[in-house]
Amino acid sequence: MDSDLILLGHGSGGKLSHQLLEQLIIPTLSGVPLVGQNDAALLDHDGGRLAFTTDSYVVDPVFFPGGNIGDLAINGTVNDLAMVGAQPLAISVGLILEEGFSRRELSEILTAMRRAADLAGVSIATGDTKVVPRGKADRIFINTSGIGLVPPGLQISGANAQVGDKVLINGTIGDHGIAVMARREGLELETAICSDSAALNHLVKDLLEEGDAIHVLRDPTRGGVATTLKEIALQSEVSITLDEAVLPLKAPVRGVCALLGLDPLYVANEGKLLAIVDGQAAERVLQRMQRHPLGAEASIIGEVTAAGGGRVQMETLVGGMRAVEMLSGEQLPRIC
Amino acid sequence: MNYSDAFRNREIVRGLAERIAALTCGLDRPLTFMEVCGTHTMSIYQYGLRSLLPPQVRLISGPGCPVCVTPVGYVDKAVAYARRPQIIVATFGDMLRVPGSSSSLMQERARGAEVRIVYSSLDAVALAVKHPEKQVVFLGVGFETTAPTVAASIQAAAKQGLRNYFVLGAHKTIPVPMQILSADPELGIDGYLCPAHVSTVIGGGAYRFLAEQHGVPCVVTGFEPADILQGVAMLAAQRMENRSAVEIQYRRFVTWEGNRQAQALLAEVFVPVDTAWRGIGVIPHSGLAIADRYAAFDAARALPVAVEQPREAAGCRCGDILKGKIGPGDCPLFGTTCTPENPVGACMVSSEGSCAAAYKYGPTSL
Repeated sequence: MDSDLILLGHGSGGKLSHQLLEQLIIPTLSGVPLVGQNDAALLDHDGGRLAFTTDSYVVDPVFFPGGNIGDLAINGTVNDLAMVGAQPLAISVGLILEEGFSRRELSEILTAMRRAADLAGVSIATGDTKVVPRGKADRIFINTSGIGLVPPGLQISGANAQVGDKVLINGTIGDHGIAVMARREGLELETAICSDSAALNHLVKDLLEEGDAIHVLRDPTRGGVATTLKEIALQSEVSITLDEAVLPLKAPVRGVCALLGLDPLYVANEGKLLAIVDGQAAERVLQRMQRHPLGAEASIIGEVTAAGGGRVQMETLVGGMRAVEMLSGEQLPRIC
Repeated sequence: MNYSDAFRNREIVRGLAERIAALTCGLDRPLTFMEVCGTHTMSIYQYGLRSLLPPQVRLISGPGCPVCVTPVGYVDKAVAYARRPQIIVATFGDMLRVPGSSSSLMQERARGAEVRIVYSSLDAVALAVKHPEKQVVFLGVGFETTAPTVAASIQAAAKQGLRNYFVLGAHKTIPVPMQILSADPELGIDGYLCPAHVSTVIGGGAYRFLAEQHGVPCVVTGFEPADILQGVAMLAAQRMENRSAVEIQYRRFVTWEGNRQAQALLAEVFVPVDTAWRGIGVIPHSGLAIADRYAAFDAARALPVAVEQPREAAGCRCGDILKGKIGPGDCPLFGTTCTPENPVGACMVSSEGSCAAAYKYGPTSL
């Protein structure tokens, strides 16, 4: 097989993405090993710490139930900053437009970006626009970068999970991926599934009132909850056990997953965070989460059960045990 | 609790596991039951069901993953079609990463070939309507469950007078291979969990020859955890009572005679043929070829393509895994040379392949 080709799976957020990062991108560009990677880079500056992150958006379709590529691009970058505990200061916007794209749709996307930025309390400070000939891009691609300020003394990192910690999530899983997939495939559902796209920085600010009890924050986007927890288990060198019976899942999402042979644990979220918190404080953090509008359906879905191993396992609905691995390749539907 | 939740109910499942343990208590050798269908395999791994069974019951996976039993030469043909600029290859997603002799559809797509994932064969017909300037080749892979939908797509194309829709067929039928595997003394199969969806089409009666002439207990079993454990309990009971019969556990969907309309559709569009199963070889009357009256839609006849002698990857033991002779962990390539990102054999690719299931859900379930 030809290993020179970049495959779609290299952009899945799963194992192939990790391989590409570890083998090519990071060694060539920076040399920092992957285990030190969080959602945003931390830069020491003038006695304080800045968080810096970037992300590109290529979602298809551009408009989907619950949002569009514009608010997604703002929320995603705000969330990457929030996951290291930073409050966002400013965002840049790079637009790549395909010749022939609709001005009206662009206006709708920009309006959504502005609204999302206002809700998150961040300013869009700078930007750039390019247009490429028809067929050289698909309608619209957006890159956003963001900087934020990390409160002094705060230590939030994927490497901080400890034995006895609990794993919390602020609501139902898989909503975004299934909303986009259902629209893309033209599935006609009785109940519309909406993307959960939302800025999480206000919720994070609330959670940080709990101080040292918050050990890890991570948003389970591409690759889903499974891939994100596996990354944390590897980074913190711990084993995590999930309880399938308490995973929050909307019935229509469960239904579409069953129909298409998808596992909701691997489906992307855009308004969810996983918080790994001190076991003693977990109930209190949960209540705090549930008081926030973006955390009404929050629950404790697992715990850090052992040191070492870098493993994630799950007690299934029926009481069996199985391993949970990272997403492999793309999510593929069943055949019969 | 809604209807389907009952089949995943922890107490019901535990009760069934206890019943199986009580039935088989004191046996001096374990009973070996084969789940034929890839969806059963997936469900068993996904719910960790092996961890709930007593040591007296061994579940082995059979050849019921359609992508896995498709020979390498078929993938080579699909790749050859994908390389022709005027052709769109339409396929279910599972075929995309299956390695052929030297390439896969995913690699061809990355090189610019038009390979589209569809969720239904009728979507492939729609592609042909939308692209009259192109030829659409749909990869018809699957068992008796998928075959009627492909038959319907051929009829739909015929009705619309389409001249640019073709099916590269590799449809297979399950009962005869089951008989061949049950005759293998090395496997020592004590009973079959017969496939659920396939049986909705062919009916429970299709397995009678296995139970009555070959003495193999058969239970048509659903896919939910409680279905599977109840199916195992019914098989264990037959063995303990020295009986062999066909029983239907999945009564909410499967009848003795099956879906007559789907059967008629199959008889109209396809004819039974001998066909090659990857790892097993040619099995008489185990495939469905497109009937002469629909030859214009048969890619093999209407768009012939030549490929070189197919090459199986060195060291790949998919064949033994498909026959249930070894488990995924017994293959020396498993998890090292052969991973879902870089699969050597189809069993590691398909969402219904045993190796993919073992890799994803881990050795805790082995």
